[in-house]
Amino acid sequence: MTAQPPTALPITRACPYEPRDEHRRLREEAPIQRVTLPSGETAWAITRHEDIRTMLTDPRFSSDRRNPTFPSMVQGQRVQSGFRASLIGMDPPEHGAARRKVVGEFTVRRMEALRPRIQEIVDEHIDAMLAGPKPVDLVKALSLPVPSLVICEQLGVPYSDHEFFQLHSSRLISRVTAHADRRASLEALHDYLRDLIEQKATAPADDLLSRQLDKHDDQEDLVSLAFLLLIAGHETTANMISLGTLTFLEHPENIGLIQENPSKTLSAVEELLRYFTIAEFAVARVAVEDVELGGVVIRAGEGVVPLSNLANRDPEAFEHPEELDIARGARHHLSFGFGAHQCLGQNLARMELQIVFDTLFRRVPGLQPAVPVDSLPFKDDASVYGIHEFPVIW
Amino acid sequence: MRIVADTDVCIGAGQCVLTDPEVFDQDDDGTVVVLQEAPEGEHEAGAREAVKLCPSQALSLHED
Repeated sequence: MTAQPPTALPITRACPYEPRDEHRRLREEAPIQRVTLPSGETAWAITRHEDIRTMLTDPRFSSDRRNPTFPSMVQGQRVQSGFRASLIGMDPPEHGAARRKVVGEFTVRRMEALRPRIQEIVDEHIDAMLAGPKPVDLVKALSLPVPSLVICEQLGVPYSDHEFFQLHSSRLISRVTAHADRRASLEALHDYLRDLIEQKATAPADDLLSRQLDKHDDQEDLVSLAFLLLIAGHETTANMISLGTLTFLEHPENIGLIQENPSKTLSAVEELLRYFTIAEFAVARVAVEDVELGGVVIRAGEGVVPLSNLANRDPEAFEHPEELDIARGARHHLSFGFGAHQCLGQNLARMELQIVFDTLFRRVPGLQPAVPVDSLPFKDDASVYGIHEFPVIW
Repeated sequence: MRIVADTDVCIGAGQCVLTDPEVFDQDDDGTVVVLQEAPEGEHEAGAREAVKLCPSQALSLHED
């Protein structure tokens, strides 16, 4: 008699605002258990907030995506050989050394210095939105261009090329992109950034990529870093702007709270990050030694997949976890990950979201969705959750 | 109570600075700098919060 295959783990969302019932059932049955991923691979699903924190700080779990047993959520998603590991795919001690080369660019103080420029970018995009016809697709008018322009200026990537890199990064984030197209997009972006970095080597400018030139003996390492920062720098914040705006509009009492007291916006941002966990499965790992975690033994070579969206509703970590409470103090959410790989750009993301929400609702007080919310095209087909198009009027 | 920061482990996430900028800072390379080694009152609470939030577990508190 053969054993039953492990329970299938669905990875799309049944509802934008809550984890799937199947995920909750897993947590009730056994907080860490074997599941079958949509790729057909088997991995351990981890459901508790505390277990995920423990796992992500244990060096016996590797981030190396070149490891053949590193979990793939869907088929065709595995990183192809020929591309360097970026920061997210490195382990210690390589990871710490690589992260230290660039993290100084993302300190709280450096981000604070960007505030006036980000405010200006947000105001310019809202000006354009208000001057044009209605309805407007908020994604095209605000959510995507703001973080895209901010990361371009920071890195020194010409924003005039945004259609090119936005197209390729959305293909890479999509779960339905064919393997050959994924490879083509990876190559196109790497080739583009390699050319750009060569130009900077000839004529350095006052930007992050130019400042990194001397820190990398091998230029391909810098290409790989630029690739990660460019993609992570706009896809994630863009989706949080759309989802966050929608959620404020669905709970207008919260708009009143942040308008009366803008010091509450940052706390609201943390709660929205917790509430959506848009990069839900971004912190998968593979065990490189046998590890006991939460009462089970995970063998070397086995993959682990934290259900971070569910863990951000863990009643042991958050009171009344199903409620949206912008004042709760949700900073211990797992939406930026945890451990040595925790999001490098988190303080940039926080600031962008804070400025957008404060400015948008102040300047466009009558903002509302132009279509029924249940007809919005949510990104069930992408590894970063969000909204494809969000028509709004005011 | 005294804060001990392991700068070899720090990954510069900045969570501590965000929690209490009067107790923690980052140098130009992003690494934690402890401004008040033995904070009191609300800053002690901030330090405890920062220890919990630190993703790399570079911060610890030593009760003297």
